[in-house]
Amino acid sequence: MSDGGNDMIAPDRRALLKSAVGLATTTIAPGVTLYAFGVAEVGAKPADQAVTSAKRWGLLIDINKCPPGCDKCVTACSEENGWKSSGHPETDAQWIRKVTLRDPRTGVKREAPAMCQHCASPPCVDVCPTGASFKRADGIVLVDKHICIGCRYCMMACPYKARSFVHEEHDDQKVEAPRGKGTVESCTFCVTRVDAGRIPACVEACAAKAGAAMTFGDLNDPASDVSKALASGASAQIRADLGLDPGVRYRNL
Amino acid sequence: MAAVSLRRILLAALVVVGAALGLLKAEAADRTPVPQPVKPATAEKCVADTQFMRRNHMKMLLHQRDETMHEGIRTKQYSLANCVSCHAVKGADGKPVVYSDPKHFCRTCHSYAAVRIDCFECHASRPEEKAKAADASAGSRDAALSALSAHVAEMKR
Ligand code: SF4
Ligand code: SF4
Repeated sequence: MSDGGNDMIAPDRRALLKSAVGLATTTIAPGVTLYAFGVAEVGAKPADQAVTSAKRWGLLIDINKCPPGCDKCVTACSEENGWKSSGHPETDAQWIRKVTLRDPRTGVKREAPAMCQHCASPPCVDVCPTGASFKRADGIVLVDKHICIGCRYCMMACPYKARSFVHEEHDDQKVEAPRGKGTVESCTFCVTRVDAGRIPACVEACAAKAGAAMTFGDLNDPASDVSKALASGASAQIRADLGLDPGVRYRNL
Repeated sequence: MAAVSLRRILLAALVVVGAALGLLKAEAADRTPVPQPVKPATAEKCVADTQFMRRNHMKMLLHQRDETMHEGIRTKQYSLANCVSCHAVKGADGKPVVYSDPKHFCRTCHSYAAVRIDCFECHASRPEEKAKAADASAGSRDAALSALSAHVAEMKR
């Protein structure tokens, strides 16, 4: 922007600053109320501040509380983020899916939801030739679709098959979940919700309609729900041998 | 010498007549009308004045885009979602139109200027229907207004 342009908006800037302050207080206020009532929430940051590495978002999924056949988390994600079947099951986007694990010897079956594991050392980011795949300071791994060229290297590199390519044109996206043909997408931990101090849609749905198998929160904060839950017993990472330090952990897997 | 200047004058006259004819032709064939984008009914003024917005909206969006995507800065003031929700244009079915509709706020100027944008290949080009309550109240307000104007028309007769 030229200096002339800056001069032009100078009078408005004060008004803008004022309104930004107003915004911060209004967003903080409901957060405080929520705390008072004990509703699940993870602490809102003011909208005008950047995320920092002080937090690292993570999720613990207790498979014992995850009943077979339940797909409340998957439906909630699809509704929240606007991905659904286009009639091509081979290529349909899946931000989260239920996977069935079967012990071939005993025949025992377990089910678990699987999504992007928000790795601390994400291979998708390593291979991305454009810088579109990136990890936010707070550990959430995202695709910047403004930059993504749809080469799909990241899909190849992800050991969890967490990413999908969008094959169709869309004009019915959710405001908070932009997605379009020719780009790659995956679970975002419901990043807009998290930035507003809310929990991901899957976690919320599981707590409200199913077994409350998921606990979301800040792994860096020993007092957070997820840290306390992790400290209370054993948990596992999928493919821990890869050393990717996923942000999603499982219990009783 | 004289012959040359005469030729020149003739040539100049030809050019002038030709240009006049061309102009006439251009005026006869309908020119693309200058777009008149609809002002939003809900907000009194934009986040900056019209001249500034005309020239700089793309810079503001680009700046906000990177901050939001990479740093999670989600102030509403200059967000695309905010533009889309204020500038929503209703279609025949009473719902805000999507970008594929020529009436879409962004479309009106961008078609005219032949500048192709790809924002709405990924982003929602209309506000979410969550605002049903607000819409409904706006609808009833419209209904009340038209009833009132009908009444006024009656009185005048
Ligand atoms: S699970 Fe896959 S997509 Fe998600 S961060 Fe790890 S490598 Fe990337
Ligand atoms: S598909 Fe997009 S995000 Fe994935 S590696 Fe290629 S450019 Fe990067």
